[in-house]
Amino acid sequence: MSSATTLSTRSGHASSQEMLHLVLRIGLLPILMAIVIIGTSLLSPYFLGWMNVVNILRMASFLAIIACGQALVIIAGGFDLSVGAVVALASVVTAKAMAAASAAIGGPEIVAIAIGIAAGLGSGIAVGLFNGLCVSMLKVSGFVVTLGTMSAAAGIGLLLTNGIPVYGMPNSFVQAIGRSQFLGFPLAIYIALAVILAMVFVQRRTLFGRYVYAIGGNQEAAVVSGVSIRPHLVGTYVVSGGLAALVGILLTALVGSGQASLGGDAMMLQSIAAAVIGGVSLRGGIGRVEVVAVAALFLTILGNALNLLHIDSRIQPIFLGLIMVLAVALDEFSRRRTARV
Amino acid sequence: MTAAAISQTTPPQTAEPLLVLSGVTKEFPGVLALDGVDLDVRAGELHVLFGENGAGKSTLINVISGTFPPTSGTFRFAGEEMQGLTPSAARAVGISPVFQEFSLVPSLTVEENLFLGREKSAAGVLDASGMRRRARELIAELGFDLDPKARVDRLDRAHQQMAEIAKALLGNVRLLILDEPTASLTERETGRLFELIAKLKSDGVGIIYVSHRMREIRALADRVTVLRDGRHIKTLDAATVTDGELVELMTGRKIDVLFPAITHKPAETAIAVENLSTADGLVKGVDFFARAGEITGIAGLVGCGKSELVRAIYGIAPIASGTVTLRGEPLHRLDPRTSLRSGIAYFPANRGVEGLALSRPIRENVSMAALDLDRYQRRGIIRRAAERALIGPIMETLKLRPPNIERPVGNLSGGNRQKVMLGRAMARDLDIFLFDEPSVGIDVGAKVEVYEFIKRLVEQGAAVVVVSSELPEVLALSNRLYVMHHGRIAALLEGPAKTEQNVLSSFFEEEAREKAA
Repeated sequence: MSSATTLSTRSGHASSQEMLHLVLRIGLLPILMAIVIIGTSLLSPYFLGWMNVVNILRMASFLAIIACGQALVIIAGGFDLSVGAVVALASVVTAKAMAAASAAIGGPEIVAIAIGIAAGLGSGIAVGLFNGLCVSMLKVSGFVVTLGTMSAAAGIGLLLTNGIPVYGMPNSFVQAIGRSQFLGFPLAIYIALAVILAMVFVQRRTLFGRYVYAIGGNQEAAVVSGVSIRPHLVGTYVVSGGLAALVGILLTALVGSGQASLGGDAMMLQSIAAAVIGGVSLRGGIGRVEVVAVAALFLTILGNALNLLHIDSRIQPIFLGLIMVLAVALDEFSRRRTARV
Repeated sequence: MTAAAISQTTPPQTAEPLLVLSGVTKEFPGVLALDGVDLDVRAGELHVLFGENGAGKSTLINVISGTFPPTSGTFRFAGEEMQGLTPSAARAVGISPVFQEFSLVPSLTVEENLFLGREKSAAGVLDASGMRRRARELIAELGFDLDPKARVDRLDRAHQQMAEIAKALLGNVRLLILDEPTASLTERETGRLFELIAKLKSDGVGIIYVSHRMREIRALADRVTVLRDGRHIKTLDAATVTDGELVELMTGRKIDVLFPAITHKPAETAIAVENLSTADGLVKGVDFFARAGEITGIAGLVGCGKSELVRAIYGIAPIASGTVTLRGEPLHRLDPRTSLRSGIAYFPANRGVEGLALSRPIRENVSMAALDLDRYQRRGIIRRAAERALIGPIMETLKLRPPNIERPVGNLSGGNRQKVMLGRAMARDLDIFLFDEPSVGIDVGAKVEVYEFIKRLVEQGAAVVVVSSELPEVLALSNRLYVMHHGRIAALLEGPAKTEQNVLSSFFEEEAREKAA
């Protein structure tokens, strides 16, 4: 350590310039991730243990799925604060519907499970649809609309449960979706990979993805170019709501009950953090979901590392906050350095 | 007042000019924007910076006004070495820039903007009446028709430009930098600005003036410095240099004719408008038609409704009444999507605001208006190879330089941005083209290419409408020329009647008629 320090001070200004160029080229994310992984694995023997790795990947999957939707909304120039509340709402709705269906039908459990999942996804898509329609038709900013639906969705979740977990789902739901593994990894990881790949395809290869970039890049220009704005804006919020509901269902299967305390503000803030650290511009028009997914993985690893290193859970949000500011500052800095030709 | 402030602070005249730059170099990652540029500006002199877009003019005036430091070279102002200059430090020593992109806060009033960062106050309390008085005095002195209490975002571009100039002249000014100041001013306001410039010069203020307009350079310049590719080419005495010489120095090649000779072959009527009024009241009961195979021009002052007319035809400006007929069939729906599908293209005047998604690559911007066609996508999935194969050659024929279609549009100069807009129209089959101020903000070389593009369109039988505040441009290009005034058609000039004299006199006749009514 000490020899490295003296080296860098000796070579002085030029080397710090080179360092900066390197950081700008590779990006902050891989560098931070390498530092955290190497540092933690040296300090904690548990970090690279199989159980811990699987645990990190599972948690990262949940965050990555939500962050993909969040990223899409932000790229289109919006904001979705309701994702955390949608996770809770979908959890409660799924559990209630599934329990009611299995009690009423009594037939094959697969029917009740399907009804429950459809109801959960439906609740998220409904919230997304409401968000999108308010934003595109009433011209209210996404920030305000989703602030409202965040509050409303959380309220409905509490109203349905009175804060008590909802049980009574078929056991096979928990076994098949929450606890089943394939090649040693939980199902959630495969679902997350599928979502990420699908979103990469949507962003790069579909008209919808292209128009989302165009609308976020310059809405007026998109209008002049004959792009219809409303369906695409609504689409981004529907995707975001649907993906948040998917996470709500996966979490419900994992914990075995519907809970209005799942997701919440922490998950919403983390999804925005993942999008921003993953290079999504808050001005809209820029961002790739695969990088956002890596950022979600990084945030999960960081949280896990801080836990393993016994760092006070009250201090952890401070790290998250500082890293987010650093990421945005670096993004801004690299943007300013590109010249016009 | 400005004069008094200056004469107090100007030190006794020395041999050294007011501003001396020597060997100034500015490097951005991968780009050498300025390469050892020398420039000197004397007190009381108007020094024109002349060059194509991307020649380094903007970088140079940004260095002088402290936006960013030069990578190397020396910078002396009023006999002192300037180092670590910031925009506020530059203002404090008397360097006052007026940029093309405005430095006004849209949600504040004109008066609040004038004093922004240098408010008059006592013990932290604003001296509102003092500032209002000073703002009124300044605006009256400048002769601008500007309300100090108006919010900036409620003003049109011309008035915002006036506010920007007023802001630069408030306080102690020793070096004024004007970047295309007349781009959105009317003739009368331009006249006022020129008087003002003459007064400032006699007060010993040095002026750096960036413009592409030969007429202004003729009227105002003492010396002209030509830049090309970031290098200082030559500094010349404005009295002895010819226009041809300047253009040749700027482009590095000879440009004989700015406006191409266009053969108009008027065919059937492509677009006809009857008794059209827009919802914002800027167009009132207009009858207008444009035929295939010819250029139909619309001339008029800033704010006369000429832009709104074509915007209404394209479907961006909502209409209150009237009909639009396309190739003999009345249009029931007016929106950009329908217009594009029926073969109409619109090129907005403000390419940054309405034309381009700056963060996205050239390829995506060019294909943006055509992606609904089968050759670009199948069932919502973009055919990327086909897209690249179609867009690449389009930008090649438009001579995009450098020819890389994956670069973000935000990094391009004005001329290249206009090419991206032209490329967008070539990405699908269109035959009616509405140009709103096609040459605003682009240099002579790029203008020639835009005119050539228009010429090709017309000679292939397309209907072209050119809306322009530049009288020479519409006069030279159009076969039939409408003159608009206060939202109405004041005249339709054809053949030999199509002269500058007739355009101007139709304004005055209309003015007199309105007064009488």
